[in-house]
Amino acid sequence: MSREMGRDDFVISARSVFLKKGNRQKFSLLTLIIISIIILSLEYFKSGPINQARMITKDIIIKSSYIASVPFKSISKTYSSLIDHINMYDEFEKLKTVETKSKNLILENNFFKEENQRLKKLIDEKNLYNEEFFVTKVLLDQKSPYLRSLLINKGFKHGIKLGAAVRSDSYFIGKVVDSNYLTSRILLISDLNSKIPIVIEPGSISAILSGTGNNEFGEIEYLPEKNNIEEGGIVYTSGSDGVISSGIPIGKIVLDNNQPKVDYFTDFTQINFVKVYYKK
Amino acid sequence: MSIINKTYSTFLAIFPVIILFTSVLANSKYNFSYDDNYLSFNISYIIVFFWSLKRPEYLGYGFIFLAGILNDVIQNNPLGISSIEYLSICVLTAFVRRRIILQNLIYDWVFFLISILIVGSINYIILVYIFNIPIVYNGLLLGLFATFLIYPILAKILSWIDNIVQASINDKKNQ
Repeated sequence: MSREMGRDDFVISARSVFLKKGNRQKFSLLTLIIISIIILSLEYFKSGPINQARMITKDIIIKSSYIASVPFKSISKTYSSLIDHINMYDEFEKLKTVETKSKNLILENNFFKEENQRLKKLIDEKNLYNEEFFVTKVLLDQKSPYLRSLLINKGFKHGIKLGAAVRSDSYFIGKVVDSNYLTSRILLISDLNSKIPIVIEPGSISAILSGTGNNEFGEIEYLPEKNNIEEGGIVYTSGSDGVISSGIPIGKIVLDNNQPKVDYFTDFTQINFVKVYYKK
Repeated sequence: MSIINKTYSTFLAIFPVIILFTSVLANSKYNFSYDDNYLSFNISYIIVFFWSLKRPEYLGYGFIFLAGILNDVIQNNPLGISSIEYLSICVLTAFVRRRIILQNLIYDWVFFLISILIVGSINYIILVYIFNIPIVYNGLLLGLFATFLIYPILAKILSWIDNIVQASINDKKNQ
């Protein structure tokens, strides 16, 4: 008897929870849960009008989210500029030595570039990739350990396509994984799901760079058993996926307990503008 | 003067909605890293849980649903998953409201743990088994645990805000 009463109580409670609209509530929980499930099931449609409607919704939300995040961004910008001011003298001392080195490197680099072009002409090699790119503003950045991505204010209306390589200054930082009308999402190389074919110089060792969710170091996978990777080696994109150009610098090798890791050249927390590359 | 008072009381009445949307739009997960270990707090869970348990009339289910959609777009999740998570929290809190007469912080805290574990399981099942999106199980669990740990502190702050809102409403009634 009491068990039946308990069950009746439970049924009454369940009915009340799901169907009854509370005080000042316009929708019942059941209605909204059903709508959520319907929206979730629409994720299976990757093309057609549903996909277009989804893209427009995403564009609107991303743009309004950018406006909402402006005060928070200005606070963090003020904080980082304050830190920069505090560290100004140390930075200046470091830069004095770096400048003389970089002048020599620029001259050396120009010489190698010219030599490279001359040799390419000799062997009749065509340049498969061009250097066309868009400069776009970063609207939002996601910093959760599960997701390292940037949202930029150009979409497929501007010609941005899935898989396009993205650079910050001269360094490779990720690729386009989602393109809406006016906005796109870039998956950073530090994301857990990022896998990029790389080549390590000197030695031209091919491997895969895997993101760890950490903004400072990336892991190297599928290295040959016998390798002579040394600390300070430079990691470039290998271009073996046929989408991303080869030879874009990513980072340098650091050894952590004899395990090589990639120390990224780019500080992912300080990116405001990026270059999205595309093929003609 | 009356316009200022009216604006102030309207602002206080919609304050829970503002907090929820700000937490979702600004960045729904707040992260703390130490020695390569990440703790990710999901403040939206706490806000939805707290207000749907204490005063559901101030945080409409429609707004919670919308906040979920916004969160999905920003986090690049399949659209609708966060709405289901948030509404599941509302279902659980509605059950508790009907069953438990006496409420205190410890009961709420324990029940919050149960709720986020259920919601985390829903999240994991939908992402991994239905959409085949790989997520790090340890990371998810650690994030839920971190959210559980900060609940009492945030609940105290939210209670304080709630008291201000109630005081303002009572003043309005007495005028």
